[in-house]
Amino acid sequence: MIPEFGQLALIVAFCLALLQGVLPLWGAARGDARLMAVARPAAHGQFVFTALAIGCLGYAFLAHDFSVIYVASNSNSALPWEYRMSAVWGSHEGSLLLWAFLLSLWTVAVTVFSRSLPQLLLSRALGVLGLVSAGFLSFLLFTSNPFLRLLPPAPDGRDLNPLLQDPGMIFHPPLLYMGYVGFSVAFAFALAALLGGRLDAAWARWSRPWTLAAWVFLTLGIALGSFWAYYELGWGGWWFWDPVENASFMPWLTGTALVHSLAVTEKRGGFKNWTLLLAITTFSLSLLGTFLVRSGVLTSVHAFATDPRRGLFILVLLALVVGGSLLVYSVRAPRMEAGGRFGLLSRESMLLANNVALAVVAGSVLLGTLYPLAMDVLGLGKLSVGAPYFDTVFLPLMAPVVFLMAVAPFVRWKGDGAGRVARQLVWAAILGAVAAAAILALVANAGWRSALGAFLAVWIVAAAIRHLAQRVRAGAPGAGLATRLRRLPLAYWGMWLAHLGVAVFIIGVTGTRSLESQSDVRLAPGETATLGEHAFRLAELRQVQGPNYSATRARVEVSREGKPVAVLEPEKRMYHVQRMPMTEADIDYGFMRHVYVALGEPVDDRSWILRLYVKPLVGWIWGGCLLMALGGLAGAADRRYRLRPAAAPRAASTGSAAPPASPAGAAARV
Amino acid sequence: MKSRHKRLVLVGGGLVAVIAAVALVLSAFRQNLVFFFTPTQVVAKEAPTGRSFRIGGLVETGSVQRDAGGVTVRFVVTDTAHEIPVVFSGPLPDLFREGKGVVADGKLDTEGVFRASQVLAKHDENYMPPEAQHAVDQAQKAAQTVKP
Repeated sequence: MIPEFGQLALIVAFCLALLQGVLPLWGAARGDARLMAVARPAAHGQFVFTALAIGCLGYAFLAHDFSVIYVASNSNSALPWEYRMSAVWGSHEGSLLLWAFLLSLWTVAVTVFSRSLPQLLLSRALGVLGLVSAGFLSFLLFTSNPFLRLLPPAPDGRDLNPLLQDPGMIFHPPLLYMGYVGFSVAFAFALAALLGGRLDAAWARWSRPWTLAAWVFLTLGIALGSFWAYYELGWGGWWFWDPVENASFMPWLTGTALVHSLAVTEKRGGFKNWTLLLAITTFSLSLLGTFLVRSGVLTSVHAFATDPRRGLFILVLLALVVGGSLLVYSVRAPRMEAGGRFGLLSRESMLLANNVALAVVAGSVLLGTLYPLAMDVLGLGKLSVGAPYFDTVFLPLMAPVVFLMAVAPFVRWKGDGAGRVARQLVWAAILGAVAAAAILALVANAGWRSALGAFLAVWIVAAAIRHLAQRVRAGAPGAGLATRLRRLPLAYWGMWLAHLGVAVFIIGVTGTRSLESQSDVRLAPGETATLGEHAFRLAELRQVQGPNYSATRARVEVSREGKPVAVLEPEKRMYHVQRMPMTEADIDYGFMRHVYVALGEPVDDRSWILRLYVKPLVGWIWGGCLLMALGGLAGAADRRYRLRPAAAPRAASTGSAAPPASPAGAAARV
Repeated sequence: MKSRHKRLVLVGGGLVAVIAAVALVLSAFRQNLVFFFTPTQVVAKEAPTGRSFRIGGLVETGSVQRDAGGVTVRFVVTDTAHEIPVVFSGPLPDLFREGKGVVADGKLDTEGVFRASQVLAKHDENYMPPEAQHAVDQAQKAAQTVKP
C-alpha cells in the first residue's frame, strides 16, 4: 500500500509542478496577479508531495519491502539500517527522486527567503523552477519509476553494491545533488531577468547568496567524493579525472566564475550578459553531469545502472533546457544595457581574466570528457583521453588564475596604477620566490611543479595577510584590533577564507606530489617492510565476520625510527550476496601526513601483497576545500543580502503585494 | 592611450591569451588520446608501437602467473580469437578474475608483450567493461563471417 501511496504522491507532485511552471509565467506575461499568486502554494504543495514520495521509498527500504523492484535490487535483509536509508539514492531511480526532492526543497527555500523580491521576478523564477521540476518528475514517472512492484515478491534483496556501503554514501550524493540542483535557482533568476528584460544590482544581490549556497554544497560534495575515493578505492589517489568526477567539476568551474562575475554585476553593473550566460551554462552542466552519471554511456566506476533509453530522455530534457534558455537569451539578452567602463588594470579586468580562464578550463575538461563519447556515438572508433591530458592542460591554465587571485583584491574598481599595486605585493613575491627556491634546494626530486606550487601557496598567503592588515588599518579610528576585525563584513571574510583555502589546497597537492612515497610489498605474518623512515610489520592476519560480509583483516604495526606510530587494520572483504571483494584501506590520519595501508591480494597460503603509502600533507587538500566552502558560507551569510528594503522593512514580508524594487538597489544601479 | 586604445589592448591581449590556451589544450589533447585496440587488431599490427593504447577482452583462464616477488603479474588477454600476453606490476583491481572482462592501458614492447601501466576491471560482477565486450563481439562477428 505504501509504495502505491508514494506513486500517487509523485503524480500529484508532477501536476503541481506543471501548475507552478505554467500559470505564474503566463500570469507574469499578462500581468495577472492572481495567476502569479499560484506559484507559492504550488511550490509548497509540490515539496510536501515529493517529500512524501521519498519518505515512502525510505519506508519501503526500512521495512524490507522486497515486493518493490527498486528495493529488491538495492537492499538486503542483512544490510545495516543506515545503508538501507542511503540505498534510497543508491541507484538510478532513487537518485532522481532525490534530485526532484532537493529541487522542491530549494524552491521552497526561495519562497521563504525571497519575500522581498518583486512579485514579477519571483513568480517568473518559481515558474522556471516548476518547469524544470515537471521535466524531472515526468522523467521519473515515465521511465524510472522507483515504486514499480515485483510479483511475486523476492524472498530477499540483491543487496546494495558493496562499494556504496560506506558512510561516504550517506553524505556525498545529497551534498553533490544539493550543489547541482542549487544552481537551478541561479538559472531561474537568470531566466526571470531575461524574460522581464531587467537586470540591475538588486537582481545580482538576490542571486549572489543563492549561487554561493549552491557553490558551497557542490564544493563540499566534490571534496567528500574525492576523500571517499581516496580511502575506499584503495588506490591512494584523490582525483582520477574520471568522467564522473569531471562531470561534477565542470559546473564547479563555471559556478566559481559565476560567483565572481556576479560580484561585478552587483558592484559595477557590468558583465550582465556574461553573468546570465554563466548561470545558464552552470545549470546546463549540472544537468549534463546527471546525464553522464546516470546514462552509463561512459566507462566509469560510477556507471552502475546503465540504460540508454533513460539517457535519451535526459538528453531531450537537456536539449530543452539548454536550447530553450539559450533561445530566450538570444532573443532577450541584447536588451540588457552594457555596464560601466573600466581600465586595463582594474578589479573588473582582473575578474574578467578569472572568468575567461575558468571558462577555458571548463571547456578543456568538457572536450576531454565528451570527445570519446562523441567519437563512439558517431562510430569513429573507441578511444579515451588519458589523465595526463588533464594534468598537462590544467596546471598552465589555472596557474595564472591563482596568481592573479592574490593580486585582484588590491586592485581598485574602474582603474588602478600598476606601480601602486606592485608596491604592495613586492614582499609576497619575494617570500614566494624564497619558498620555491627552498623546495628546489631541500627536496631531492622536486621539479618545477613543486616550485610553482610552493611559490603560489606562499604568494597567496602573504598577499592575503597583507590585505587583511591593510583593511584592519583602514578600520574605524580608535577602535581596538578585535573590534576592527569584527567589523569587517562577512563577505570580505568569505573572500579571504576561500582564497586562503586555495593556498592550503595547493600546499596539499604540492606536498603529496613531491614528498609522497609508495611501495607494493609482499609480506607474510611476522615480516617487516620499510618505506623511508617508516617500518611496517605485518603482525597477523585473521578472518572476521561483518553483518553482510566476511573479511581477512591484517594487523600492521607502523613504527618510525623504532617508535610505534599506529596500528592499522586494513581488510579485504567478501560481500556474501553479490560475491564481490572489496578493499578497505586503513589510514592513520595525521595533520602533517597520512600513513595508508591497503591489502592487495593473497600470493600463497601465508603472504599477501600490501600497498604502503606515506603521504605528507595530503589532508590539506580537503582542508583547503573545507576552507573554500566556509568562505562561501560566510559570503552567503553577509548582512547586506539579508537586509530588507529600508522603505518597507517588515511590510514586504507578507508577500501579497508586490513591493517596488528596493531603493537601495535603485541607488546602486549604474 | 585613450580609452579606445585601452580597450583594443585589453581585447587583443585577451584574444592572444585565449588563442595560446586553446593551442595548448589542443596539442595536449592530441598527444594524450588513447586509442582502443582489440587483441585481433594488435596481432594484425594495427596498434602503434612506442605509444600508449588500450586493450580489452577476457582474462584467459589459467593464464595468471605471479613472479617470485609476487608483485609482478603476467596474464593473457583474449577476445576469443587472438591472445595478447600482458605484464603488470602492482595490485590488481578487486574484480580482476580469470575468465572475466578486463581493460588495460599500456605499451607494446619489442617482443609483443603488452606492458600495462593500469589495469581496470569494473566494480560489478555482471558488468562487462564496454571495451572488453566490444573486443569479444568483434572477434565473434569476424569468426562468423569467416566460417561459411
